[in-house]
Amino acid sequence: MTIPTLARSCGLALALIGTAVRGAGPIEVDIGYLSYRPATPPALSNILPEPRDTGLRGAELGIDDSNTTGRFLQQKYRLHSRVDDEPRALLQQASELAQAGVSLFVADLPAAQLTALSEQLGQDALIFNAGSSEDALRRDQCLANVLHTLPSRAMLTDALAQWLAARRWRDWLLIVGNQPQDLAYAQALHRAAKRYGGRIVDEKAWSFDTDLRRSAQKELPLFTQGKDYDVVLVADERGDFGEYVLYNSWLPRPVAGTQGLTPVAWHRVVEQWGAAQLQSRFEDKTGRWMDSRDYAAWAGVRSIAEAVTQLQSTDSGAIRDFLLSERFQLAAFKGRKLSYRPWSGQLRQPIALVHPRALVSQSPQEGILHPHTDLDSLGFDAPESQCAELYAAKGEQQ
Amino acid sequence: MTLRRTLISLACSLLLTPAAFAEVAYVSNEKDDTLSLIDLDSLEVIETIAVGQRPRGITLSKDGTRLYICASDSDTVQVMDVASHKIIASLPSGEDPEQFALHPNNKLLYIANEDDALVTVVDVDSHEVLAQIDVGVEPEGMAVSPDGKWAVNTSETTNMLHWIDTETHQLVDNTLVDQRPRHVEFSDDGSTLWASAEIGGTVSVVDVATRQISKKLTFQIRGVHPDKVQPVGVKLTSDGRYAFVALGPANHVAVVDAKTYEVLDYLLVGRRVWHLEFNADESKLLTTNGVSGDVSIIDVAALKVVKSVKVGRYPWGLAVKS
Repeated sequence: MTIPTLARSCGLALALIGTAVRGAGPIEVDIGYLSYRPATPPALSNILPEPRDTGLRGAELGIDDSNTTGRFLQQKYRLHSRVDDEPRALLQQASELAQAGVSLFVADLPAAQLTALSEQLGQDALIFNAGSSEDALRRDQCLANVLHTLPSRAMLTDALAQWLAARRWRDWLLIVGNQPQDLAYAQALHRAAKRYGGRIVDEKAWSFDTDLRRSAQKELPLFTQGKDYDVVLVADERGDFGEYVLYNSWLPRPVAGTQGLTPVAWHRVVEQWGAAQLQSRFEDKTGRWMDSRDYAAWAGVRSIAEAVTQLQSTDSGAIRDFLLSERFQLAAFKGRKLSYRPWSGQLRQPIALVHPRALVSQSPQEGILHPHTDLDSLGFDAPESQCAELYAAKGEQQ
Repeated sequence: MTLRRTLISLACSLLLTPAAFAEVAYVSNEKDDTLSLIDLDSLEVIETIAVGQRPRGITLSKDGTRLYICASDSDTVQVMDVASHKIIASLPSGEDPEQFALHPNNKLLYIANEDDALVTVVDVDSHEVLAQIDVGVEPEGMAVSPDGKWAVNTSETTNMLHWIDTETHQLVDNTLVDQRPRHVEFSDDGSTLWASAEIGGTVSVVDVATRQISKKLTFQIRGVHPDKVQPVGVKLTSDGRYAFVALGPANHVAVVDAKTYEVLDYLLVGRRVWHLEFNADESKLLTTNGVSGDVSIIDVAALKVVKSVKVGRYPWGLAVKS
């Protein structure tokens, strides 16, 4: 690419060309953004809808941030976003992008579609998973060309369990919804209970199909009667009933999990460590709050940009190897540097515990010990993941 | 009542301190919208002054008559008359001013506008904006070289030092450093520039002539996880002997031999230590400790922390008036 083309594509670049960091040449970076969200049946009690462009807007902000940096380095980042409500059509569009030379992707997809995408794009592509928290993708169904910027369910539930242990709230009442993702969340809570000394004193399946907006006060106290518990944990990812457990439990107890006190990758209430600046950039751009999927997409784009800056290359294999190495570190407004686990491609990160108006805590909790880094106390550590060989083997191929 | 108390405290401070000689430290309290004033003889807070919203960087004019205050959430730089403690002007600073540096000519203020990726240059006499210069994402640290030739800004998310020629107000060079550069400090002879990287955990020593990194310092404190060693404020003694580096949530200040770059000691201060300032003869070094809400005072000759002084919420910046 010639300097005049660069100047045309980015007016600012011309003025700043003389000021680039030495050793840097003009680089263009094309990133595909793929989003498919299955149409969800109306949630029974979900009064406040989620924004429709979650994820995408985070990726766009990542591109903006990278271009502001890029103008000093003669780098130009472009996002090619493809959003479709039909998974086959989306895969087709992904292939077209790949044929046009795009090898770096940020994907906001459920696990099944992510797996299909990973197979279809093959080993020349590098995909950032900003849409699926499925544990299996980090444990035994790994995809060597995928790195995960969204935390796994296990990371979220471990973060919550550590905090419950710190509070000494050991006895948990667990209420589980009837969707597959609710069962997966409950399974992650069971695992976390074992690791951090929680006791699930009772587990109840929520199978009612009533709209709780009018009847919660009658239904829920009876439903939560039983053995004594310190806390009610809810597994209701879609938000069918969970919001109505708060203040309606038989015993006067706090609620946590998918509602109440929730473990999240990101939330508006995170403002320490310079996060206030990221939040205000996002709000200026979009007019709404930044959420976990926005953050995961942003972190994917920023990871790429950091690797490109260090490597002066856009080769997806080189970027992948760099990101999985100890040389990579990302400043991402969480109070410490983030890096990827080489055995599962998961971005290590502190997890915020929030309620809708404030940050309550952040895990890993103080005092959690780990031989390498306490961030690996969240989610699947090396010995628990069966993917290490897969990731290492791909690295060697390159 | 308030007036009476003020009068009494004023009378007391006049009585207790030889006003003409006592040095006073000004401390900006980010989450209280105030300045705390510490008498450096008695090491006590003698006054608290209400200022604009979210005060962060503060600096004195070269003659010590004015204090400039970045009131970040008021989107202005306030000018305080040091004798009367009255705000006498607000400078057009650009949005969200965080840190700034005053040119040796005592006239030009270089302000980092964190939300807008700009450096704003303001003439403090005419109150005019002379230039706005595009820099990287989240500009933070600012310094002007002792000869007045360079203004250097750090951008926290772009991870660069931006070199601005103060004659032309053009950006002429960039130096890539480690993650989240927070603060820059020139050596007194102007030959080196010290740049801290908060998330990278390092301090880069940059050769000013070539604008290349000549040395990178790292820190290790027993019992503190390396991720929590996050360098922010840097101060150099004018004799070239020591560099002091505030290590953020590691709650320590590193003492570095500025010639050999060897880390000599780590001094335990308050929680989340950010910025540093000397008194005039450099016998004392002050630190702002945000989380514990206090200022630690270090005896520079003995390299010992001698006292911590409780101030407002989230103390951030420091300036000492002699």
